[in-house]
Amino acid sequence: MDIAASLLAEAIKAGTPLLFATLGEVYCERSGVINLGLEGIMTIGALTGFATTFITGSIWMGFLAAMLAGGVFSLIHAFASISLGVNQTVSGLATVMLGTGISSLLGKRYVGLSLRDRLMPMTIPFLSEIPVLGGFFRHDPLAYAGIVIAIVMWYVLFKTRIGIIIRAVGEKPEAVDAAGVNVYLVRYICVFLGGVLGGLGGAYVSLYYTPGWREGIMMGRGWIALALTIFSLWNPIGSVLGAFLFGGVEVLQFHLQEYGVPASLLGALPYVVTIIVLTTSSFGFMRRKLGVPAALGKPYRRES
Amino acid sequence: MLIFERTVSLMKTSLNIRIEKRLAASKTNNIIIRVLFTILSFPFIGIWFAIYGVNPLDAYIKIFIGGFGSSYGLSETIVKMLPIGLCAVGLAIAYKARVLNIGAEGQLIMGSITTTWVALYSNVPPGLAVSVMLLAGFIAGAAWAIIPALLKTKLGVNEVIVTLMMNYISLSILNYVVTGPWRGEAQWGFPQTDLFPSYARLPTLAGTRIHYHTLAILLASTILLYILIYKTTIGYEIKLVGNNPDAARYAGISLSKTILLVMVLSGGLAGIAGVGEVAGIQGRLIRGISPGYGYTAIIPAWLGGLDPLATLAASFFISGLMVGGDNIQVSLRLPSGLVYLFNGTILLFVISGEFLTRYKVVLQVGERRIWI
Repeated sequence: MDIAASLLAEAIKAGTPLLFATLGEVYCERSGVINLGLEGIMTIGALTGFATTFITGSIWMGFLAAMLAGGVFSLIHAFASISLGVNQTVSGLATVMLGTGISSLLGKRYVGLSLRDRLMPMTIPFLSEIPVLGGFFRHDPLAYAGIVIAIVMWYVLFKTRIGIIIRAVGEKPEAVDAAGVNVYLVRYICVFLGGVLGGLGGAYVSLYYTPGWREGIMMGRGWIALALTIFSLWNPIGSVLGAFLFGGVEVLQFHLQEYGVPASLLGALPYVVTIIVLTTSSFGFMRRKLGVPAALGKPYRRES
Repeated sequence: MLIFERTVSLMKTSLNIRIEKRLAASKTNNIIIRVLFTILSFPFIGIWFAIYGVNPLDAYIKIFIGGFGSSYGLSETIVKMLPIGLCAVGLAIAYKARVLNIGAEGQLIMGSITTTWVALYSNVPPGLAVSVMLLAGFIAGAAWAIIPALLKTKLGVNEVIVTLMMNYISLSILNYVVTGPWRGEAQWGFPQTDLFPSYARLPTLAGTRIHYHTLAILLASTILLYILIYKTTIGYEIKLVGNNPDAARYAGISLSKTILLVMVLSGGLAGIAGVGEVAGIQGRLIRGISPGYGYTAIIPAWLGGLDPLATLAASFFISGLMVGGDNIQVSLRLPSGLVYLFNGTILLFVISGEFLTRYKVVLQVGERRIWI
């Protein structure tokens, strides 16, 4: 196995939790709702996944439960921001705090425990031996699934009627409402989907990437995913690039350590890169050209 | 018989719930709604206590007695109110201008790191040490806040994510200095600096840990910010930028200047909170210099409706909860993340309550209209 291929493989593994979370957020924001609560939703997913796997002994039950928990938990933010129309930033923050708090309280008994069931990498014969690009073909089933989901989500968002409705709800909710589409329902579904994928991303960390449960397990991944959503210009395919790029930064962090750069300072690397990436993708002309949803963050209310 | 008839007639009348826009918001109404929703959040937190296996009523009694029930508890509540309040009143001003600074935690940490440099590595004359530290803390916090402010005003970068990322970055810098270049010689390898010389410590009120320089700054800045917001032109501009940026622009108000001003104020005050923690409480820089004060401070700012005086009062209340929470954490063996459960729930309930300050729920039973 050559070094470049194994680096690529590591970057994809590190990027997969970010990919799931970012994909969910893309749909959420395309429908007009910013969900800043990702960090908390992912934490809930990480705990639910770990606890369920620990109790049932099945890692797939763990992933399933994490997705459900993430989805249900995100409905808190959905209710506050869609039905009550409160400030979405503040509601998202409250969701983060709530998710972190609940999981630290309920997760206390799982700290330091380990799992017996593991995800096994499915190395694809021959393809995985290709220099450099071979790194794409030695993964666990979920990393492959992430890429497939991204492609499906891209297709649905840009090539189907459902996608048109979601994007229209995020651009001109009044018009869609007048055409007889239930704006609230579409937004609820998108936030729920974002929660499901956020929960999956969280469980990927606690069940596979760094198995185990501890407080602060997400290390800001939810926030990074929010930046990646902007970086991807609200596009599922862009999310794949962004997530693996950030996976690469995370991997780089470990390898630079070997050259004597202090680990504590390297810890800041992903966050510095996030700011840089966010800055470059926030230039006014790019945003206007490449589509921030017009009604993003604006509560919709039918004034009768 | 009579009772029966009434029941029947009730069932015949239509019951109708509608949501109507409030024409005018009343200040007393707002306060009542906030207090009511804060109280409503407690049973919800209680559910999680019960799931964990702790009697919620028992937990609450211990929390309130711990935070407010003794002179020691009250003095500790004030000790926590210093960092939380300093961050919160600053955040309130920033939020008034709709600049969502989530970076008070990082601004506080940068304040404490800079103060440590002044105390241990600059040759500051002992007589000036305290003033220089307070000034340095303010400047460091403000400088850390100017970065996201400039990114926002110049390039339109979302300040929420940048301030948050900068919290993580400041934490890395903190980790680096206490494990690397500044690790104390006499600390047996613990990740902390040496103790500050006595002239670089903030003096405290007798018998307590309340460092009074910071207390004085907190009270003074609360009053000054109140005057700034409600009695001056600048305050009017801040509010206009927050409520209606387009109108502010047409009125010739510089959005950039206003955003920079509120970020410097809120970052600087968070920096002073850092001075208090490192030079007043710990006496050295440690890894856990702030148990999330900068995040906690967001709650009183919203609870106080972004009014500096009310924010200070809310900071006192939240600090008491934190002190009581620390108590039960030890006695009932609860994890430290418990504080986030309180913060998140209270914040969620308070902002949900804001719905009722803008809309009223009208319950129509036949001819009668009841509304809240």
